[in-house]
Amino acid sequence: MAKKVLMCGNEALAEAAIIAGCRFYAGYPITPQNEIPAYMSKRMPEAGGVFIQSESELAAINMVFGSSLTGARAMTSSSSPGISLKQEGISYLAACELPAVIVNIMRGGPGLGNIAPSQSDYFQAVKGGGHGDYRQIVIAPASVQEMADLTMLSFDLADKYRMPVMILGDGILGQMMEPVEFKAETKPGIKKDWILDGCKGRKPRIIKSLILNESELEKFNLKLQKRYKEIKDKEQRCEVLYGDDSDIMLVAYGTPSRICRSVVEKLRKKGKKVGMIRPITLWPFPEDAFKKLAKKIKSFLVVEMSCGQMIEDVKLAIDCARPAHFYGRTGGEIPGEDDIIKEIENING
Amino acid sequence: MDKIFEKPESIREKETHYCPGCGHGIVHRVICEVVDDLGIREKLIGIAPVGCAVIAYDYWNFDVTEAAHGRVPAVATGIKRSLPDRIVFGYQGDGDLGAIGTAEIIHAANRGENITIIFVNNTVYGMTGGQMAPTTLLKQKTATTPAGREQKMHGFPLKVCELLSVLPGVVYAERVTAHSPQNILKAKKAIKKAFENQIKGLGFSIVEVLSPCPTYLGLSPQDAVKWVGEELTKEYPLKIFKDIT
Amino acid sequence: MAKVKIDPEKCKGCGLCILYCPKGHIKQSKALNKKGAYPVGMTEKYDCSGCSFCAIICPDLCITIDK
Repeated sequence: MAKKVLMCGNEALAEAAIIAGCRFYAGYPITPQNEIPAYMSKRMPEAGGVFIQSESELAAINMVFGSSLTGARAMTSSSSPGISLKQEGISYLAACELPAVIVNIMRGGPGLGNIAPSQSDYFQAVKGGGHGDYRQIVIAPASVQEMADLTMLSFDLADKYRMPVMILGDGILGQMMEPVEFKAETKPGIKKDWILDGCKGRKPRIIKSLILNESELEKFNLKLQKRYKEIKDKEQRCEVLYGDDSDIMLVAYGTPSRICRSVVEKLRKKGKKVGMIRPITLWPFPEDAFKKLAKKIKSFLVVEMSCGQMIEDVKLAIDCARPAHFYGRTGGEIPGEDDIIKEIENING
Repeated sequence: MDKIFEKPESIREKETHYCPGCGHGIVHRVICEVVDDLGIREKLIGIAPVGCAVIAYDYWNFDVTEAAHGRVPAVATGIKRSLPDRIVFGYQGDGDLGAIGTAEIIHAANRGENITIIFVNNTVYGMTGGQMAPTTLLKQKTATTPAGREQKMHGFPLKVCELLSVLPGVVYAERVTAHSPQNILKAKKAIKKAFENQIKGLGFSIVEVLSPCPTYLGLSPQDAVKWVGEELTKEYPLKIFKDIT
Repeated sequence: MAKVKIDPEKCKGCGLCILYCPKGHIKQSKALNKKGAYPVGMTEKYDCSGCSFCAIICPDLCITIDK
């Protein structure tokens, strides 16, 4: 067993990317994710990879586009305002069926907002963000260990489905330190027979997103949709606490899920029937688990560091069969245990 | 009988979508002649821009990708850094390189990326209907400068080679023109040098090619090439702006 | 004397080759081709030195020259 080391989330994520075979990183400074490029600037050259501090987030995501089409595992990271700039490139990655990992260590918004942790980019991440009929897989770690483990998973999913994968963290997950264990030393890559590396011994290849003919573009979009359906069927991930005997289920991902976890433990000790469901994949949303829970649970309380974004997917998943309540803080404020407990008491009457 | 002029291997048979007398077809072919001459077709990755040349991948017989508008130099950077032993070139128009992609071209050049950029300057946005480009001449009429480009409203024509040549990362910057056979032969020489620089690992090279767009200049193809030769070269002098190879 | 072959169906009729043929031995056809352009062709008794100017300026790869 590998030994545990104390690291901040951003660094654990970066090291995990190197272990996963990421050999290209481009990014632009923005708080609270600066530990990622700083770590990469040191580790990439050691690993024989490429680190570029780009002139902008736009350039970074397009450098990732270029590297990905050569078959390299490529990554960029940023925080909310920078992720807005990357949306153009993410749409092109999706259209060109190129794998890439994009990290968003979310901060308060809209606009420049602040550098405090937030979850207000949920809609942007799971509903498209960029233009066109596309999806990206969205992964939500909730600990430093998961920042590492789920980063490795993200590279595998990106390659497997040939699409962008976004890791949606927040400022707390990026900055806080916890013990982490890297469970692999290297990860084998996936053979790619579509890359551009010069046409020696084969026919020339084209990687592009322009499809002028309407029926061809529709056909292509439907091909993507078929893949998205497969992902929805196979890749939903979540953690459920006390799913069998709870009256009320807290719903949270990332940092609020850590707070909800201790709320659940506290209230359980008092004999209250409270549980939690923590989506790990935000897209695909773990609908199947929600549907099952909706048959047994009286109500849901969605806790977010936003004004209410994921709650829409919860309502869709349970088809409004049960009441879904909301408690959220915004602007970088963090929901407190006592506030959540008060909400639960209000709901239970 | 010996062939003294035939299609290069690196270009496909397919007819282009370009208007009669458009310079893009000439520049595409010249690049392909150079690629054949240097024997680099099988280790080449080309990048098509957004603009009239967006479908260049249909005409080139080697690996090609297509970048978002203006992002050719960033995509080229990603490719070249990941595959340093391949040859990477970007093909950009005046709107792509000189307007929406100004940041990307300046920083790729300033990093001294070992890539080749072929910059086609025809002073208009062709694909979208002949709007003003950053390189449109003062007083030149376009779809968005119906009374002619006025400096107070739209600023000055952008001099790309002049701008880039002051950057230490740039080893070679030359402006040529595709308006006459003699000048096309010179353009070919320049493009060849820009690729040779990359093969030798010397750094960033750019060749700007002045090119006719008869449709949006509102001229016949014959008058358009004359205009390029007589008028456009006054504002954009043909010159080696930098050669430190 | 060089032999010039012009593909009349590929030709878009831009006439740049006419402009640059030093001998003036290329002319525009009076009949439309399938794409609706007036393609160029060689004059009846042309005398080509093989300078290739026509092929070099042709944006559409319509011209091949043998010598």
